[in-house]
Amino acid sequence: MQNNSLMGLKEHENKLLTIWSQILQDSGAGDGAMEEEESKEFASLFLSALEKSGNFDEFEKVEDLIIGIASSRGKRGFSPRENAQYLISFKQAASKVISELITDSAELYDANLKLNEILDNMMIMTFEAFMKGREDIISRQVDEISEISTPVISVWEGIVALPIIGTLDSSRTQVVMENLLQQIVDTGSSIAILDISGVPAVDSLVAQHLIKTVSATRLMGAECIISGIRPEIAQTVVHLGIDLTGIITKASLASALRTAFDMLQLNVVKRKVIG
Amino acid sequence: MTTITNNREEALIVKEQDVVPLRNRVKEYGVKIGMSILNQTKLITATSELVRNLLKYGGGGKVIIESVSNGRDNGVRVTFIDNGPGIADIALAMKDGYSTGKSLGLGLPGTKRLVNEFDIKSELGNGTTVTITKWKNG
Repeated sequence: MQNNSLMGLKEHENKLLTIWSQILQDSGAGDGAMEEEESKEFASLFLSALEKSGNFDEFEKVEDLIIGIASSRGKRGFSPRENAQYLISFKQAASKVISELITDSAELYDANLKLNEILDNMMIMTFEAFMKGREDIISRQVDEISEISTPVISVWEGIVALPIIGTLDSSRTQVVMENLLQQIVDTGSSIAILDISGVPAVDSLVAQHLIKTVSATRLMGAECIISGIRPEIAQTVVHLGIDLTGIITKASLASALRTAFDMLQLNVVKRKVIG
Repeated sequence: MTTITNNREEALIVKEQDVVPLRNRVKEYGVKIGMSILNQTKLITATSELVRNLLKYGGGGKVIIESVSNGRDNGVRVTFIDNGPGIADIALAMKDGYSTGKSLGLGLPGTKRLVNEFDIKSELGNGTTVTITKWKNG
């Protein structure tokens, strides 16, 4: 049985841990106290699994643990390199201990080969776990961004404004439209201003989404003004052949607001200084 | 007139999330040759139209971005290649307001008006290739 020699490792657990933490410290891939606990647990579990080698359930436990460690390290801001270094240094430490235990070179080679095989496999798993940890963060951020990026602002009594920043795709339009219509109901507004200053390009799909939003707003009994149409956007829309003539459009939010005031028959007057 | 390709790159488009990065790449090509904001906007709008078609009708495909020069002027050429069902009647597809989907039907004819050179090849069952070129001073 070639694993006999590897089983002996368990008795030298403390020695291995000392060497491992030394290598980790030297390479700068460790982070002190919190890690020591993790490392201890991993080493102990790994070595007992080795002892009962052949029992795959045992290794599954170790794999679960290392995946947990890898994703938590990922969230703590370790780079993939440092994460890999963590297992590599464990391998180095284990090899060192084995080389002191085994004198026969053929046996040592076998033991090292086995060790490499197991640990390399784990390394791949940690990479996958690390990536997954990062992907979770990204998908959460995507959700957050789409929530944040559609604020409906009440600019005046009866007037709401919605600045759109970024590209308007189908899912985004849905969120925008829902928020806008809900806000019209909540505030009892009769005018909605859609500001597209922050939209990089208006293609036919974006225009179609805008037209739909305007139609839905009108169905609710409110009027919709689209503002923030830049000169290059205006020309592009004309060349594309999109018909926006049925919609009130303005170059800036200020002129949209002025139009809204006009519609509500409000006057903004400069105060006269008396005396 | 011969055109020389100075710089070239390919991008795979398979999902809607690929659209924005591609548009930004195309814009960078435009900025590099000093294209005006208006022409940049026209170019990225055209790209955006065609890449949406590529996803919607072609089921995804490949996009090639090239920086080209004809001796007098520099430009950006973008080629959209898909292996979708192809277009049965190109003349009809190029007409304003015609759409097999539920869109405005302005994608192809509108794009042609936005760029300087527009070429479309399609074979039923073998996909569609659209090539557009926008010159810096065009």
